[in-house]
Amino acid sequence: MAGSSTGNGPLQLHVPEPSVRPGDQPDFSSVKIPQAGTVERPPVDVDPRDIRDLAFSIIRVLNRKGEAVGPWAGSLTDEELRDGLRDMMTLRAFDARMQTAQRQGKTSFYMQHMGEEAVSCAFRKAMEPGDMNFPTYRQAGLLIAGGYPMVDMMNQIYSNEADPLKGRQLPIMYSSKEHGFFSISGNLGTQFIQAVGWAMASAIKRDTRIAAGWIGDGSTAESDFHAALVFASTYQAPVVLNIVNNQWAISTFQGIARGGSGTFAARGLGFGLPSLRVDGNDYLAVHAVAKWAVERARRNLGPTLVEYVTYRVGAHSTSDDPSAYRAKTESDAWPLGDPVIRLKNHLIVKGLWSDERHKQAEAEVMDSVIAAQKEAESHGTLHSGGKPSTRDMFEGVYETMPPHLRRQRQEAGV
Amino acid sequence: MSVEILMPALSPTMEEGTLSKWLKKEGDTVTAGDVIAEIETDKATMEVEAVDEGTIAKIVVPEGTENVKVNAVIAILAEEGEDASAAASGGDQKAEAEASAEAEAPKEEPKGEAEGSKDSGKVPAQPKVEAQSDPDIPEGTEMVSTTVREALRDAMAEEMRRDKDVFIMGEEVAEYQGAYKITQGLLDEFGAKRVVDTPITEHGFAGVGVGAAMSGLKPIVEFMTFNFAMQAIDHIVNSAAKTLYMAGGQMGAPIVFRGPNGAAARVGAQHSQCYAAWYGHIPGLKVVMPYTAADAKGLLKAAIRDPNPIIFLENEILYGQSFDVPKMDDFVLPIGKARIHKKGTDVTIVSFGIGMTYAVKAMDELAGIGIDVELIDLRTIRPMDLPTVIESVKKTGRLVTVEEGFPQSSVGTEIATRVMQQAFDYLDAPIITIAGKDVPMPYAANLEKLALPNVQEVVDAVKAVTYKA
Repeated sequence: MAGSSTGNGPLQLHVPEPSVRPGDQPDFSSVKIPQAGTVERPPVDVDPRDIRDLAFSIIRVLNRKGEAVGPWAGSLTDEELRDGLRDMMTLRAFDARMQTAQRQGKTSFYMQHMGEEAVSCAFRKAMEPGDMNFPTYRQAGLLIAGGYPMVDMMNQIYSNEADPLKGRQLPIMYSSKEHGFFSISGNLGTQFIQAVGWAMASAIKRDTRIAAGWIGDGSTAESDFHAALVFASTYQAPVVLNIVNNQWAISTFQGIARGGSGTFAARGLGFGLPSLRVDGNDYLAVHAVAKWAVERARRNLGPTLVEYVTYRVGAHSTSDDPSAYRAKTESDAWPLGDPVIRLKNHLIVKGLWSDERHKQAEAEVMDSVIAAQKEAESHGTLHSGGKPSTRDMFEGVYETMPPHLRRQRQEAGV
Repeated sequence: MSVEILMPALSPTMEEGTLSKWLKKEGDTVTAGDVIAEIETDKATMEVEAVDEGTIAKIVVPEGTENVKVNAVIAILAEEGEDASAAASGGDQKAEAEASAEAEAPKEEPKGEAEGSKDSGKVPAQPKVEAQSDPDIPEGTEMVSTTVREALRDAMAEEMRRDKDVFIMGEEVAEYQGAYKITQGLLDEFGAKRVVDTPITEHGFAGVGVGAAMSGLKPIVEFMTFNFAMQAIDHIVNSAAKTLYMAGGQMGAPIVFRGPNGAAARVGAQHSQCYAAWYGHIPGLKVVMPYTAADAKGLLKAAIRDPNPIIFLENEILYGQSFDVPKMDDFVLPIGKARIHKKGTDVTIVSFGIGMTYAVKAMDELAGIGIDVELIDLRTIRPMDLPTVIESVKKTGRLVTVEEGFPQSSVGTEIATRVMQQAFDYLDAPIITIAGKDVPMPYAANLEKLALPNVQEVVDAVKAVTYKA
C-alpha cells in the first residue's frame, strides 16, 4: 500500500520480542533488583499519589545473607516463620507427587507451583476466616497454608469416589467455600472482576470480610482485569488485587501483555490505586505487603494492587514443554532465587533451623504427603478404583432437578 | 520385583508418540524424578521421568521408534536388590510380544488400508468416502492420506501464498506453532507480521480482527478453543455478523474465526461445549463444521475467500485422524452444500463434525443386520443444505440426527422442524434427534462418556424408526 500524504513513509507494526530464546544465554539484566530493605513502608492510610514510585521498585526483606532487613521486616513470629517454611515444603512435595501421578496416568492433568510457593502460602497467612480468595490455578498454597486436607485435594485431582466436586471439575480446579477458596474457573481472568463484586457486596451488606483477586501476568490483557480496576477504583472496594508475574504466559513472554508500561503494578496508577511491587520469592516480603494491603481493605481504605515478581520454574502444565520457547538454564539465572531455600537460610541465620532439621522436615513432609496419597488412592484414581457416582451427574444442574433430567437419568439407567 | 516403564501420555487425547531418545542405558541406576528418555508427539516434546528407583534392566523400545502406543512397555526396571538380568529375562516374553506388536502395527496399517479390511478386528476401518456428491474432483486424481490437522494447515498456507492480505492471529499461533499445532511451520514461511501471537484476550483480538477485516485485510482468528470465544461473542455476533447489514452494504468483515469446538477429553464443563447451534442461529454468519480432512481443507480455503464472517468449527479429537484428500492445485469446496457420505435406502442419518464418528460406526453395525443407511454429512450448519436432506427423507421416509451438543434448540431439532414442515407426508416414523445429555459436561471419564451420545444410541434410534426394535 502507498504511504500516507504526510510524507513520513509507510507505517510499521511493532511486535515485542523476548531478548532470549532457546539456545541463547539467559539474561535478566533488565530486571532491576533493588537491595533488600531499601523500599519505604508507608502508613496504610497513605495518599496513593504519594507512593507512585512503589509501582516501579521491588519491596524485599531478605538480603543475600539471609537476614530480614528494612521497614517491611518483622511481620511474623519465629513460630510463624517455621510454619511458613513447612507450608512451602509441603506444597513442593505435594506437587512432586502429583506431577508423577499424572505421568503414571492416575490423573490427566496437573499444574505445579515450583518457584512460586511463597506467593500463595504467605498471602494466606495475612487473611482471616471468612475472607474470600478468587484464585487462579497456581495458588494451591492458599489451601495448604490454610489447613485444607491434602487428601481432599488429591481426591479432586483423581476424580475418584471421594472427590468433593463429584467428578465434575478438572483436576486442581479446587473449590472450598469454607476455606475461602472460590471455585477455580477454567476461563482466564473472570475471577478478578468477581472478586471486586464480592468485596463490593461485603461493603453493601456492612460486613467485615474482604476479598482477594488473583491473576497472572498474561491474563492482565483480559478485559476482566481492566474492568476490575475500574470498579475497584470507582467504588473503593475492600479488595486486594494480586498479579502474579511469573514471566511466562505458557509460551508468551510477559512483554506481550505488559507492552510498554514498564511494570504490571503501574497499570494501577491511572486508576489511583496504591500499586506495589514485591519480591514474590521472599516469604517475609510477600507476607508484609499482603498484611499491609489486607489492613487497608479491612479498614475501609480501599483496594490495593500488588505485583508479585517471581519465576515459573516448571512447565505451565503437564501438557507444556518450555524448552520449545525459553532457554533451559533460564530458571538458574533468575536473580530472586528459590523461596524455600531463602526462608530456610533465614531461619538458620536466626538460629531457628539447621540443615539437619531441614532434611528431617523434608522426610516428614514427604511422609505426610505420601500418607494422604495412599488414602486418596484407596478411593480410586482416574482410571482405576472408585469412580464418582453416575447418578450424581444429573444433580446440581439446577437447585431442584427438573422432570426432564429425572427422565433422562432413568433412561440412562443410573 | 521388576517394574515395567510404560509409554506415558502427555495429554488425554494422545494415543501414540515417538520415542526420540534414551538418556539412560541398560545397567544405569535411576532414582525417581530422573529424566530417562524423551518422547515426541505431533503436539510437543516431553521428558519421561523415572517414577521408581532401580536399575534399567532392559530397554524394550529402542530410540527413534515411531508410533509407540501409550502404555506400551518401553523398558524394564529392576528394583533395588534385584538381579537386573533376571528382571530383563523375566519381562522378556511379554515385553517382546508387545514390542513386536508395536513395531509391526504401524507398518501394517497402510497395507491394511490398501487391501481393504484384512485386519478389521484390530484396526478400525477407514471411513470410505464416496466422492460422487463432490463432482469437482477430476477422475484419476491422486488421493493422499492426510490428517485433519495437516489439511487445515495446508489450506491456510495455500491461501496465504495466494493472497497477501490473509494473515492469522491468536494465542500461541506463532512461536509455539499453535496450541494444537495447526499453525505448524507458518511462522517460518510467512513471518511475524502475518502469523501474530496476541495477548491473552479473546475479546481483544476478536475485536482487532473485526477492525482489520473492515480495513480490507482478511484475518484468520484462531481461538485456542471456541469455549474461550464466549467472551468474544459480542464482536462476532454484534459486529462481524451485522456490520455489512447495518452499514447499508458499504463495509463488512471478511474474517474466519476458527479453532477446536465441542468436547475433547477430560476438559470439563467450561471447555467442552459445541457452538454449532449457537452460531447457527445468527443471520450474517456462515457456520462450517467439517468431519473429513478433505472437507476441512476445501471448506477452510472457501471460508478464507468468502467475503462474509465465517465460524469454522473444528474438533481436537478429529485433528489426528487421517482421510484421503485429493491432490489438486486448488481444492475448494462449496460452503452450504452437504455431502452424501454413503448412499442408502432404508433410513437417513444426518450428522456433522465429530457426530459423524458415531454415525459411521452405527452405519457399519446396521449394515450387518440388513439396514441400509443413507448417511449425510451436513458440513455446513448455516446456510443449511436442507434440499439434500429432504430429498433423502423422501426416499427413505425415516430420519435420525446425531450431534454432541445440548439437546434443546439443537441443530437436530432445527432439521426435524424443517423436515416436518416440508416433507411431512413422506415420513413413516417420528424423527429422532440424538444429542448430548442436558447437563454441563462433567470431568470424570465415566461421567463424560455417559454425557455424550454413543454408537448404541444411534443404532437403537435407527431400529426404532425402522420398526426393527
